[in-house]
Amino acid sequence: MKELLIGNAAVARGLYEAGCSIVSSYPGTPSTEITEFAAKYDEIYCEWAPNEKVAMEVAFGASLQGKRACCCMKHVGLNVAADPLFTLSYTGVTGGLVICVADDPGMHSSQNEQDSRHYAKASKVPMLEPSDSAEALEFTKFAFELSEEFDTPVFIKMCTRVAHSQSIVETSERVVPEAPAYEKNPSKYIMIPANAKKRHPFVEERCRKLTAFAEESTLNRAEYAESDFGIITVGTCYQYVKEVFGDDVSVLKIGMINPLPVELIKSFAEKVKKVYIVEELDGFIEAHVKALGIECTGKEMFSNIGELSQLAVAKAFGKEVPSHIEVETAVPGRPPVMCAGCPHRGMYYVLAKNKITVLGDIGCYTLGAQPPLSALDSTLCMGASVSGLHGFNKAGGKGTEGKTVCVIGDSTFMHSGITGLVNISYNASNSTVIILDNSITGMTGHQQNPTTGYNIKGDPAAKIDLETLCKAVGINSVRVVDPYNLSECDTVLKEELQKEEPSVIISRRPCVLLKSVKAKPALKVDEDKCKSCKMCMKLGCPAISMHGGKASIDATLCVGCGVCTQMCKFDAIKDGGEQ
Amino acid sequence: MTKSIMIVGVGGQGSLLASNLLGKLLLSEGYDVKVSEVHGMSQRGGSVVTYVRFGDKVYSPIIEEGSADFVVSFEKLEAGRWAPFLKEGGTIITNTQQIDPMPVVTGAAEYPEAILEELRGKVKVDALDALTLAEEAGSSKAVNIVLMGRLAKYLGIPYEKWEEALRVVVKPRFIEMNIKALSLGYNYSE
Repeated sequence: MKELLIGNAAVARGLYEAGCSIVSSYPGTPSTEITEFAAKYDEIYCEWAPNEKVAMEVAFGASLQGKRACCCMKHVGLNVAADPLFTLSYTGVTGGLVICVADDPGMHSSQNEQDSRHYAKASKVPMLEPSDSAEALEFTKFAFELSEEFDTPVFIKMCTRVAHSQSIVETSERVVPEAPAYEKNPSKYIMIPANAKKRHPFVEERCRKLTAFAEESTLNRAEYAESDFGIITVGTCYQYVKEVFGDDVSVLKIGMINPLPVELIKSFAEKVKKVYIVEELDGFIEAHVKALGIECTGKEMFSNIGELSQLAVAKAFGKEVPSHIEVETAVPGRPPVMCAGCPHRGMYYVLAKNKITVLGDIGCYTLGAQPPLSALDSTLCMGASVSGLHGFNKAGGKGTEGKTVCVIGDSTFMHSGITGLVNISYNASNSTVIILDNSITGMTGHQQNPTTGYNIKGDPAAKIDLETLCKAVGINSVRVVDPYNLSECDTVLKEELQKEEPSVIISRRPCVLLKSVKAKPALKVDEDKCKSCKMCMKLGCPAISMHGGKASIDATLCVGCGVCTQMCKFDAIKDGGEQ
Repeated sequence: MTKSIMIVGVGGQGSLLASNLLGKLLLSEGYDVKVSEVHGMSQRGGSVVTYVRFGDKVYSPIIEEGSADFVVSFEKLEAGRWAPFLKEGGTIITNTQQIDPMPVVTGAAEYPEAILEELRGKVKVDALDALTLAEEAGSSKAVNIVLMGRLAKYLGIPYEKWEEALRVVVKPRFIEMNIKALSLGYNYSE
C-alpha cells in the first residue's frame, strides 16, 4: 500500500515489518516520533527509558535473548549511549540490533550540531543513511539482516529533513523471523580482557568484510550521465543535488556511510574528470576519498556549519538562482516563548528578583534564558546543571553557595540529574537544587517519564516519587512549592539557600498544555486601577501587553494562573469571573 | 513541473493538519509529494513553516527564496516574513488576523500594520479574515481549513476531492464544522 509518511514513521514501519520485538528510547528532537509511531503497533514492545544509555542496554539484552531490537535517540543522546556502543561493537548481536540516531544540522532544537557519522567510524559499526521515507523504511528493514549476517549492531542515521519530511512509501506485511533459543556464550558476551582481546580481531575482520559488501551493495548507487564532473553525495544532500542537476550529472549516491567503499569510489572517480563531494556538516566522505589519494572538492565549496539546500548547491556550482522580492517593512522576529501560564515562570521570576546565579539544563525551561526573565547563567547538556552547581559551589565556596542554584526538569533529572545529586550528597556540597517538576517531558512534545505515573502507551505505570528519591540519596531538606505562589517560592528559596547543607526544592505544577490541566477563566485588567507601572510585564507572559498605556490581557491566551495578579501592587488584575 | 506551497503561521494554529490534508489530497491525485515540517519547538508560539511540494517527481523536501508558487499565511505579519520565498508570478494567500510576537508584546518592536499594502504593490495578495470565517463555521480553530479552502480556488483540483480528503484527516465529530470552514474560504468574496 502507498502511504505518505514522515521519515520517522517510515523507520517505525520498517521496524514493524522487520519483526522487531522491542524498542527502547529516550525522546529527543528530531528522533522522538520513531518510538511514538512504533508504539502504535501492538506487536512491538515500546518504552521510554530514563536515558539513552539505558535504552541501548535494553536493546542489547533483547538481542542477547535472540529477538530483533532497536533503540532511538538524537545525536547528543548517542554521547550518553557511547559507553555500551563501543563494546556492543565487540560482542555483536544474536537478534538483529538497530540503533537509530537523528542529527540536527542547523540546530532547529539542539545545543550543538555534532556529526554522528564519526561515532560509526570510531566504534566500527556500520551506518546506513536514507535520503527519504521510502529508503528510511527499506534501510531499516535491511539493517536487521545486515546486523544478523555480520554479527554487529547497525546504525540508521537520520537528519531533521529526512526525519520530519513526509514522502511516499510502499508498505508490506510484518514478518517475524524465528528467534534462536538463548544459549550461554561467554567468550562472545563477557567482555573481560581475555575475551575482548579475541573479539577485537573479529571486529577488524568484520570491517574488511563490510567494506567488501559496500563495494557491491545496492545501498550505494552510481548514476552515470554525460557530464565532465561527478558528485558523491549522501542522505538529504542527494535530493538537493538531484533538484539542481536532475539526471544531467553523474552521481555516486552513498547509502552506507560506514564503512565507505573503496573500489566503487575509485572507479567512479576514473569515469569523471573532477569529483565533488556534497555532504552536510563535516567532510566525512571527503576525508575518505582524499585518503584514497583521489583529488576532490568538498568543504572548500560547502560550509561545515548548518544545513545545505538546493540553493546552496546551485550557488556553489555557479548556477542561476531564482530572484525574489525584498520586503522593506521591518518584520519583527517571533521566537518561541514560555507559554502563558507556564509553571516555570513564577519560579524564574523569584530567582531573577533575588539576583540568583542559575545553572540551567535542557528542556522547555531553557526558554527562561530570554529577556525579560534572563534567568539562566549556563546550559550545557542533560544533567549538567546539578553536577555543574556542585563544581561551581566547591570552587566558589561561601561566596557563591548562598546565592546560586540549579534548575532541572523532572525528565532531565531522571535522565542524568540524579547522579549529580548523589555527588552533591556524597561530597558534601552546600548546594540547592531546584527540580522544575511539570509532570511531563515537555520540550519534545509531551512524552511520559518515570515520574509521571504513565508509560508510553498512556497506561498507568510505577511513579518514581521525587521526594523519597532525593531523601534516599541523603538530602535531608526536600521542600515542595507551588510555582504559582510567588511568596511561597520566595520564602522557601531564601530558607534553603541559608541552610548549611544540601537541599532540594521541588517546584511542582503540571504543564498547562496537558489535557488533564483545566484552564481557569482569563484574567482582566481594571484600567482605572492600572498605573502603567509595567510590573506585570516583567514576567514575559505572552498574554500580557501594553495597549494605550495600560496593561492588557489576551483572553485567548490567558489560562488564569494568577501569577501576574501577585505582581500588581494596585490590585488592577482581576479574575475574569469577578467583573 | 514541481509546484511548491508554503504554509506559514504561529505555533498552535494547526499548520500540521493543513499540510496533512494537502498531502492526502495530492497523494490521491496521483502526484509524487513531499511535505516537510520542523517539529519540536512548534508548541511554543514561535514562527512555523511547512513546505509542500508535488509533481511528477519531487526531490528536495524544502522550499527556498524565489521558489514558492503559493505562500499560505495563517497570520498577517508572517506573510511579510516569508514573502521573499515567493517565485515570480506567485501568490500570497493570507489571513488578516494579527498575533503579536513577543518583541511586540514587550514593546521592543512595532507590529507592521501596513505590511499587506507593501506586499500588494509587489505580488498578488489574496487576503481574508479567516478568523471571522472560522468562527462562522463554528470554531476559531478552523482558520487553517478556511485558508485551505481558499487555496483550493487556485490548485485546479475538483472541490469534492478536497472535501473527501478533509473527511479522512479530521476526527468524525469535527467533520461538518470543517467542511463548512473549507467552503467559507473557497467561496469568500470581498
